[in-house]
Amino acid sequence: MTTSMPLVRTLSGVVPAWQETVSREDLRTLCLTQKERGARLVSLWGSDEGEENFDLHLALAVQGGLRWLRVPLPPHDPSYPALDDVFANANRLQRATHDLLGLLAQGAAEGRPWLRHGAWPVDRFPLRKGEDGQAYPLLEQEPYPFVTVSGQGVHEIPVGPVHAGIIEPGHFRFSVVGERVLRLDTQLGYTHKGIEKRAESLAPTELIHLAGRVSGDSTVAGAWATAQAVESILGRQVPERAEWLRALWLERERLVNHLGDLGYLCNDVGLSAGFSLFWALKETALRTHESLVGHRYLYDQILLGGVAQGLTVRDCQSLQAECATLEREVHRLQDLLQEHAGVQDRYLNTGRVTPELAARLGLVGLAGRASAQAWDLRVSCPTVPYAQAEVRMATRAQGDVAARVAVRFDEVFESLRLIRYFIEHLPSGPSLWDAFPPLRAGVGVGWVEGWRGEVFVALELGAQGQVRRWHPEDVSMSNWPILEHAVQGNIVPDFPLINKSFNLSYSGQDG
Amino acid sequence: MTLVNWLLQGGQEILGILLAPLLMGWVGIWRAWLQNRQAPPLIQPYRQLFKLFHKEVVIAETASPLLRVTPYLLFGCMGLTASLIPMVITDLPLAGAVDVIALVGLLSLARVFLALAAMDVGTAFGSLGARREMLVSFLAEPALLMVFFTVASLNASTSLRFMVTGFAARGFYLYPSLAFAGVAFLMVLLAENGRIPVDNPETHLELTMIHEAMILEYSGRHLALIEWANALKLLIYFSLGFALFLPFGLTDSLQGWEILRALILFLLKLTVMGAGLAVLETISAKQRLFRVPEYLGTAFLLAVLAILLHYLLGS
Repeated sequence: MTTSMPLVRTLSGVVPAWQETVSREDLRTLCLTQKERGARLVSLWGSDEGEENFDLHLALAVQGGLRWLRVPLPPHDPSYPALDDVFANANRLQRATHDLLGLLAQGAAEGRPWLRHGAWPVDRFPLRKGEDGQAYPLLEQEPYPFVTVSGQGVHEIPVGPVHAGIIEPGHFRFSVVGERVLRLDTQLGYTHKGIEKRAESLAPTELIHLAGRVSGDSTVAGAWATAQAVESILGRQVPERAEWLRALWLERERLVNHLGDLGYLCNDVGLSAGFSLFWALKETALRTHESLVGHRYLYDQILLGGVAQGLTVRDCQSLQAECATLEREVHRLQDLLQEHAGVQDRYLNTGRVTPELAARLGLVGLAGRASAQAWDLRVSCPTVPYAQAEVRMATRAQGDVAARVAVRFDEVFESLRLIRYFIEHLPSGPSLWDAFPPLRAGVGVGWVEGWRGEVFVALELGAQGQVRRWHPEDVSMSNWPILEHAVQGNIVPDFPLINKSFNLSYSGQDG
Repeated sequence: MTLVNWLLQGGQEILGILLAPLLMGWVGIWRAWLQNRQAPPLIQPYRQLFKLFHKEVVIAETASPLLRVTPYLLFGCMGLTASLIPMVITDLPLAGAVDVIALVGLLSLARVFLALAAMDVGTAFGSLGARREMLVSFLAEPALLMVFFTVASLNASTSLRFMVTGFAARGFYLYPSLAFAGVAFLMVLLAENGRIPVDNPETHLELTMIHEAMILEYSGRHLALIEWANALKLLIYFSLGFALFLPFGLTDSLQGWEILRALILFLLKLTVMGAGLAVLETISAKQRLFRVPEYLGTAFLLAVLAILLHYLLGS
């Protein structure tokens, strides 16, 4: 494969993953051949190895697992050949890596900052070891060079970062002719918390709690992925019951978020009755969470080595009963939406991402499955309870809002089935490690199919078992750019609907 | 014209202005009920107005006097229009002053000023809203005029007063042309008042707004006046609908109990139709903006059909 015969190391743990070291010169060739074989870029990040040494890291999804490429960069020359022409989603990842760590992608199509926002000086890189993670003195706001479109009758509509509703901040710059969108340029990064810097030198047990807070609506997915990474380094499996319970909570998280999204998708077409009906269901499920585990959104349920709460028989029964009610109600609402001509008119052919475009740009997760990108970690690389449950993947080929709604409905029903299955076949035994294995240095990955799509975590623990580098990647990072393509040719008032049909995380992408 | 007539004229004006927020509140209550939500109290719109009147007015630095004048002008236009429509009694001094075409003109005047004021500050949303408002209204206006012409042809007059008394004099008849005109009028009513399926008065999504986008720059008493004028506009359209299509109950006598009966009937009609509007809004989704021309085209077509039917069938 490469001239220097890289060391390929299989990582232990539930995720099928291999780590290998690749030289900077071989990186592009390797990526190109991998791309030809159908590989997809999951994440790109960097790490400070001390004394002006930096490593570049790439995670590629390949047939049957995950390849983690580590590319040591020469001292005092932290640059690497750009990969955004190979993998489209590398564009923003490269820019973010430059903003945070100063690794330069040579020959990249874009050199605009991504996360920096003038919050720290151009020559300072907050993720480097020398930086202390404290806030920088306030700088003058630097203008972001938006892509402009010229021509007769073209004008710009700036929206955000503060929006009229209670949603996360992001700036959208539309270039329009009349109502038709010619081009959308997005500026994100307003919720950059420096969470990766915060994680450094934390103990793994603390890290799990932090991981659940990268994106609040994907707390189970984020914490589980990080737990997978730590457990892979420690080389010890979690009790089987714990894995089943984790999957149960992940499906509950998916269920709750899908119900909420379906409600929003009704609201955005002015069907407020549908909104309140879906949100009543979501609220029921949230209250069940509160009564079962004490938190509506299941924060801190995933712990290192298991879950916080083993369920009692009565808890299981109440969950089963709720599944039946939810299934009946959601079926009724699905009929209502499907037979509503006004709603269907808004959904069909709106914000279309063709399968070809989706494949070219690397659309994944829920939105990807609505554009015929058949990738669901629960099916493609199933871990313990999912392998037994034989998850049915929901896919559509239309790639419009209607398809994303349909995938959500399918996944709601599948999640309900899985929840029932998990409860029925729940193995007995402990749901948490009784004793902690000794901490040690090492690297590990986590990879979980959250409700939006995959959540990836790469972790390196130092000699005392403290976090050296932790890099979480929400699927939103890869999918946000595709929203810009999805709205092209649509009309301005349809943007909120299209945006909601993706419902990507700002916090998850901003890091 | 006697003093009593003028007093009644003034009474109707005050009644209309005071009643308008109540109608908004009533529609809001029904919308909430139909969405399984707990409804705000009926007097919520008054509280809203009270709150806004006590708030400071913040005006953009780039604003011209147009922005300040518009709320008063808008409220004035709506107030005047409200006095021209026979709501309870037909024998009002001002009811014969103008015909329906002037009425449409008055409504247009208000709209033009609102749209100009929206573009005044120069924000993207203001001009976006103004642009959309003009798209909707230039299509709605001809449909509204055709509806008026249908009813005018039936009564051989474009004066609202004679339209109403014309119906009353002839007693109860079923006019097929009125059925078409009625549907067209309802469609125009929804479009002109920014209701679903054309606009969503409750939305927080700035990119989808029409009416709300135009008034984003307003605050304090200016916003209060605009909101109030908006409520008044809904009342005006309702009263117009009653005058044209449900004229029963309106009285031309000046006897106390006759007026009371007419007033109760008017309130009853508002109660029923307000709830009806909420039902209509709840069961329909908001249309894609580019469907609005089709929608208003249909309204215009129905109105044209109505007038054709009238001449084909004879009255």
